[in-house]
Amino acid sequence: MRAPKLFGAVLCAAAAAFAAFTATAAETVKIAFIDPLSGLMAPVGQNQLHSWQYIADLANQKNWSGGPKFQIVGFDNKLSPQESLNVLQQAIDQGIRYIVQGNGSSVALALSDAVAKHNARNPGKEVLYLNYAAVDPDLTNSKCNFWHFRIDANSDMKMEALTSFLAEDPRVKSVYLLNQNYSFGQAVARAAKEYLARKRPDVKIVGEDLHPLAQVKDFAPYVSKIKASGADTVITGNWGSDLALLIKAAKDAGLTANFYTYYGATTGVPTAMGSAGEDKVYYVGYWNINNEKFVGSDVAMGYQKKFNDDYYTMATYTGIAFLAKAFKETGSTDPMKVAKALEGMKVDSLNGVVEMRKTDHQALQPLTIAKWVKVDGKTVKYEQEKTGYGWKTVASLPTYLATQPTSCQMQRPQ
Amino acid sequence: MEFFVISLLNGVSYGLLLFMLSSGLTLIFSMMGVLNFAHAAFYMLGAYLAYTLGLKIGFFPALFMAPLLVGLLGAFIERYGLRRVHRFGHVAELLFTFGLAYIIEELVKVIWGLAAVPYRLPEILEGPLFTLYSTSFPRLRGFMMLVALLMLFGVYLLLKRTRIGLVIQASLTHPHMAEALGHNVPRVFMLVFGGGTALAALAGVIGGVAFITEPSMAASVGPIVFVVAVVGGMGSLAGAFIASLLIGIMQTFAIAVDASLGSMLGAIGIAVGPDTPLYSLWKLQLSQIAPVLPYLLLVLMLIFRPKGLLGTRAD
Repeated sequence: MRAPKLFGAVLCAAAAAFAAFTATAAETVKIAFIDPLSGLMAPVGQNQLHSWQYIADLANQKNWSGGPKFQIVGFDNKLSPQESLNVLQQAIDQGIRYIVQGNGSSVALALSDAVAKHNARNPGKEVLYLNYAAVDPDLTNSKCNFWHFRIDANSDMKMEALTSFLAEDPRVKSVYLLNQNYSFGQAVARAAKEYLARKRPDVKIVGEDLHPLAQVKDFAPYVSKIKASGADTVITGNWGSDLALLIKAAKDAGLTANFYTYYGATTGVPTAMGSAGEDKVYYVGYWNINNEKFVGSDVAMGYQKKFNDDYYTMATYTGIAFLAKAFKETGSTDPMKVAKALEGMKVDSLNGVVEMRKTDHQALQPLTIAKWVKVDGKTVKYEQEKTGYGWKTVASLPTYLATQPTSCQMQRPQ
Repeated sequence: MEFFVISLLNGVSYGLLLFMLSSGLTLIFSMMGVLNFAHAAFYMLGAYLAYTLGLKIGFFPALFMAPLLVGLLGAFIERYGLRRVHRFGHVAELLFTFGLAYIIEELVKVIWGLAAVPYRLPEILEGPLFTLYSTSFPRLRGFMMLVALLMLFGVYLLLKRTRIGLVIQASLTHPHMAEALGHNVPRVFMLVFGGGTALAALAGVIGGVAFITEPSMAASVGPIVFVVAVVGGMGSLAGAFIASLLIGIMQTFAIAVDASLGSMLGAIGIAVGPDTPLYSLWKLQLSQIAPVLPYLLLVLMLIFRPKGLLGTRAD
């Protein structure tokens, strides 16, 4: 009877050793986060870096990928396309093969181009780029590229949703467009004019302005201009301090127009609005914590506990879910295999099923429109930035409604 | 009419903030001949110190304490840094303040972090001061204007109506004679430098709370301060006052006006369409180029009137 016992012991030891071996060998996939961590937009970048890290930890704990672990490394690009390219090179030099970026379509266009060039010149060392918030439609149309995947809805999709909602509100008669003067802001202004003309030809565009990105400190002149135009609705794609300062100035001047924003729920804006934004500020996005069933509130509360901040960049959840599923399906973390697996993939995220469209690498997902109201504990349970106010879901739009055709002619590697 | 009055008020209050910012620079330059590149850094330091002090002692005490502390620091820097560098001439001084600006900025980043700090207004400055037609004018802007005017008045009285002011003016024009009469001229310079930095810090306290307190705030106001000083005339306090108001009002109204170069050409009979050469330049809205206008003014001023509006220097 000794032999089997010994055999068993050896087997146990071997199994333990093997387990230890695979545990240490479990690969860690580093993801470079390239976004502003200094300057005016730093609070937004910090919040999003934390969001990626939080979701990466969550995925590691629950072993979403069936092996590989996620690790997020933050790089400060100072919101500059030039600086981003330097930082990208640093990340590549450190052996990082996955990058995520979101703030500023000007940066995204530069990165997308740089990644494509790098991959063409360095076969076998490809880099995959997940874009989680840069929403210039060009990135998945005329300038689409195989290595770029967008997990946010693009600005045309959001405008489609927003204008569908606005079209049903008879009180909307005159609209003012105020946007940042770069590719994204211009895209918002163009889409707003085009879609409103199609859906509500009676609505007048009473004014339109473009201002420099992240440079204006005093929005009072813009607000008095909006006021003088008599607009009842303002549509703006502004984000970060550009939105917070705009709303602050509107509040100071007693402007009564409704604000339809893309980024009303981002860091700093809720504090700037406070009670002044009640029933007046809306945002269109892919998720609201106060959704019908409060899906994702556990994630947001865990984040709140860890960082004492609000979780709103839900695309981080979608992004890690996509990568984890691709790692699992291919049994590999090679960006080439992962990129091919991501095409047409569907994952369950906190807003429902998200599909990565194969033709242009644009994620298709349900959208939501929410309004800034007092927390009531029933439909609006969760406040933001400890203001006592939160976002009430006023419309949930199914995926097909916002889906747009694409002009992308994707070049795929062999 | 409403639009015009409100825009004018916005322009004037912004201009007054610019004046607060640049008066210290002008003062130091006129008294000591030092072009202080670190001026905007002292402005930022004022905002951050007031934020930290404000958490402990409240906004209004901090409004006095922060400039005082920054002024002391400025005097210290003059006594132990600038005074030594002074004997090597103006270029050395310029480089010294240039380096100082970087050091202060990095220190601020190390101490307070890269992100903006949540600098909040006290309750009493929240809300509207008065309502004009249907637009309300915020109290903070009123307060900003009040502080700037008090400052202008105070500095004027100090320089023109007190004994210290007399000594300062004497030290400026006849340093050797003032020294022979028993006045400590180097100490006067130290006071002037400290005073100038304190004024920058005072502007910082107001600017920080009105806009955003973050490490790039110095870089974002640095250039405009020099525009004010040059346009007003290097070393002229009254010139700086007029130039600040001019720039504030000009920028505000440029945003307000919906006109492009093309439409102006159209008004004088030259039709501009998409086929015209350089169309992308002609179709630029005035509101889009508003941020560049002060610099355009700077360049034009240097070409056509190098001594500035009220400058006295011929060279």
